Amino acid sequence: MLLTILTILLPFGALLAGWQLDGKSSENPDGASLAPGLALDLQGGTQIILEAVTSDGSEVTPEAMEEAIGVIRQRVDANGVTEAEIASQGETQIVVEIPGEVDDETVALISQAAQMKFRPVLTIGSPLPTVQPSASPSGDAADDAAADSDAAADEPTKKEIAEQEKAIESATDPSDLAQITPSVQEAYDALDCTDPKSREGGGGDNPNLLLVTCDQAGSAKYILGPVEVDGTDLTSATSGLIPTSSGGVSNTWGVSLDFNSEGTTKFRETTERLTPLEPPRNQFAIVLDGLIVSAPSSNQPITNGQASISGSFTRDTAATLANQLSFGSLPLTFEVQGENTISATLGSEQLQRGLFAGLIGLALVVVYSMFQYRTLGLLTVMSLIVAGAMTYVVIALLSWGMGYRLSLPGIAGLIVAIGFTADSFIVYFERIRDELRDGRTLRLAVQRGWLRARRTIYAAKAVNLLSAVILYFMTVGGVRGFAFTLGLTTIIDVMVVIWFTHPVMELLAKVPFFRDGHKWSGLSPDRLDVAPRYRGAGRFSGPKDEVVDAPVADAPDRERELVSAQSVSSAPRIAEDGRRMTIAERRAAERKAAADAAQNEEKH
Amino acid sequence: MARGGFAQWGNDLYTGRRSYPIVQKRRIWFSIVGLFSAASILVLVFQGLNLGIDFRGGSEFTVSGVSNTDEDIALDTVAEVAPGQEPHVAQVGGDGVRVQVSELDNEQTNELQAALGQAYGVEPSEVTSNFIGPTWGQSVSMRALWGTVTFIVAAALFMAVYFRAWRMSVAAIVAMLADVLVSAGVYALIGWEVTPSTIIGFLTILGFSLYDKMVVFDKVRENTVALTEQTRSTYAERANLAVNQTLVRSINTSVVALLPVAGILFVGGFLLGAGTLKDISLSLFVGIAVGATSSIFLATPLDVALREGEPKIAAHTKKVMDLRAGLAAEGVEESVLAAAASGSAQLVPGHHQGHTAQPKRRR
Repeated sequence: MLLTILTILLPFGALLAGWQLDGKSSENPDGASLAPGLALDLQGGTQIILEAVTSDGSEVTPEAMEEAIGVIRQRVDANGVTEAEIASQGETQIVVEIPGEVDDETVALISQAAQMKFRPVLTIGSPLPTVQPSASPSGDAADDAAADSDAAADEPTKKEIAEQEKAIESATDPSDLAQITPSVQEAYDALDCTDPKSREGGGGDNPNLLLVTCDQAGSAKYILGPVEVDGTDLTSATSGLIPTSSGGVSNTWGVSLDFNSEGTTKFRETTERLTPLEPPRNQFAIVLDGLIVSAPSSNQPITNGQASISGSFTRDTAATLANQLSFGSLPLTFEVQGENTISATLGSEQLQRGLFAGLIGLALVVVYSMFQYRTLGLLTVMSLIVAGAMTYVVIALLSWGMGYRLSLPGIAGLIVAIGFTADSFIVYFERIRDELRDGRTLRLAVQRGWLRARRTIYAAKAVNLLSAVILYFMTVGGVRGFAFTLGLTTIIDVMVVIWFTHPVMELLAKVPFFRDGHKWSGLSPDRLDVAPRYRGAGRFSGPKDEVVDAPVADAPDRERELVSAQSVSSAPRIAEDGRRMTIAERRAAERKAAADAAQNEEKH
Repeated sequence: MARGGFAQWGNDLYTGRRSYPIVQKRRIWFSIVGLFSAASILVLVFQGLNLGIDFRGGSEFTVSGVSNTDEDIALDTVAEVAPGQEPHVAQVGGDGVRVQVSELDNEQTNELQAALGQAYGVEPSEVTSNFIGPTWGQSVSMRALWGTVTFIVAAALFMAVYFRAWRMSVAAIVAMLADVLVSAGVYALIGWEVTPSTIIGFLTILGFSLYDKMVVFDKVRENTVALTEQTRSTYAERANLAVNQTLVRSINTSVVALLPVAGILFVGGFLLGAGTLKDISLSLFVGIAVGATSSIFLATPLDVALREGEPKIAAHTKKVMDLRAGLAAEGVEESVLAAAASGSAQLVPGHHQGHTAQPKRRR
């Protein structure tokens, strides 16, 4: 019993603790709040549905999708949007939900293709700008990061591009420092990698020009030469322990790269050139989505197209890099499948109306169960309230713990769940009544009725849970949210019946009001036509006869008979003191009645 | 029936004093369901479902907080900004207008959004836009469909194992499919738009319908658990008693389930206008009503029809009928036969039967 109460109270305690210790605020958007998180359709905001498409028709792996989400998250976060929800939906779709309004440029930025390139490193520097950013930097290299930083949204002028191209043409090889024109140097100087805006990435860097950019963490900035190897030339990237030259396995974690034939040639040329150069020019940078994921130095020329990157990797960081590289090797682009804006007023209006609908529904259910079950209906209402409170708390907990957001279909699901939940109580009460009709005392009826009702409830709820679980794992979008709500309410429903309704019912069975079947208890014998029990000495009784003062007098116990059974004798079966007559007494009364009737007839 | 009203009626149903021959008259129910299903198929084929923008693809604008919901304003505005479009305009709630057009490019979308705001005299932020690719709704519903097929197969297996009778599970599934078919027919007939919310509504119907059949069938199982150990009543009669005994529960449950949905339908339909709530509540309202009715009138009779083909039950039915014919020939009282046929609860062996089991005085 104590355990039961604890189990019910546990979520409440957890929520309160979370609210106190990890409160939701503007700095801590993932914190706990007493109110559940709302989905976009109730909160207002923009939803963008992106479909990942590979241009060569290859399959998009789940790992690649995860990386794609990571790339998009970086773009969105760097754009200054907090609380954006980014989730994969199905195998190839990504749903980005941003509260508030979003302009077209953000959408364009988010949906850009993410590409991976291998470029030689020319210079590395500290992430801070070396000159005042206000000194009108002009992003010279066709470089998004630099172009987006500060006021330098102006595109590099044609003249500067021509200048660059000329410098590159005249350069002896892609690692030549002579390629760095004054304009590139200026952009490099102005770049501030500690500013998240500089790290929003985005594709579209010109592969034939230099690139000024930051690494993903913003700890350094680079000038990179023209693209040497395309990411799509990489066939696979796997993490693991690096094999030693003798064929054994070393203790260091690393990432192994496999190039296709074209990539092998290009990569051999690059590494042959880079290896003898001085640092940092012996490094090549792996650029994903305009940002550097890794810039390893080349220790020896790789001729067979099988390179490995080692360094201070742990097992996890190696796996992360391998995932990023495999993702980058896919020629992945994003197509906008749908864009959906909901104004905040419309959202809150829908929420209000939805809650209003729920309240109306609940009130109607209360009225009906009071009508059907009298005072016992109150137990239904209390159980519904307990179930409702638990659902609310669990949803609030889930929106803290795993980012669940309540949507309009979810609310509709909850309202519908009132019906499912109330049914458990109805099944239970009807079974108790059935047992009472068979002439059992309330205590026994509750005991036996529970055993029978429980089996039915379990079986039926199992089907519900089955459907919820299957739909949750096999579907996407709103259907998934609905399945989640259905499963949640089913579990809570069963918990409430076992741990609340049944124990309370057992307690009620001891209360005289219910035990003796008061007229308003919903369990009164005259409403239930309780089968009389034989009490000896020719007396029968329902479960209560002695206690309640004979409601039987005005409502004579009807003989139990079948539809087509014989006519009922008109003789009274109840003695004047409310006791049921014995057979002898009844016969005497019948004879008396017959005699009276005969006398009456004589009189007429 | 007069005294105690509904409760007394429930008592009579439980004891078998009053019994509706639901299983016995199954031919009538089967033909009614057949009729409705055929009508639904005809409606679905000829009228078709009115697919929403999520399935067709296009752009949608919702203007909220307007004082004048005249549809002509929207039509004029669209004709001005994007000529050649055929917009669908609908009123949403008391102060909102929804405009649907086929797909527009970004520039046109912004232009139309601003123009609509101006035409209705509201802030541009009160105009929401919405663009959906044509494959979006389809891909979502395809997944939902596969999920549903898997779920039905799993549920069928579960029921077959639980009841230890595959015929019972077939009866439940067939009845459930008929429910969904009829609900879809009604939805098509009314002509409301099919949106992803509608799909969710239909999934709920599926769940509710199966749930309700599970509860009714569990009572049938309970009543027929020791069927072959007695020779008083047949499977059909026991099943009929089960349906009669759960009638009160079924009515209570469907009323309780329908009331909140009616609440949404009222609020969604009359106060909010088009929107998620309305779509979902109509399909639910029809579906729950149909589902609860078919648990009684279709699922159980179908189960009886199927299970009477089971050799064990067929043999038992024959035995009972022979025995009863013998009794009738011996001139046993009619009431005894009637009691047997109604499958009265008093005649379950091993139960205390009260004074009704005593011989009655003849007159």
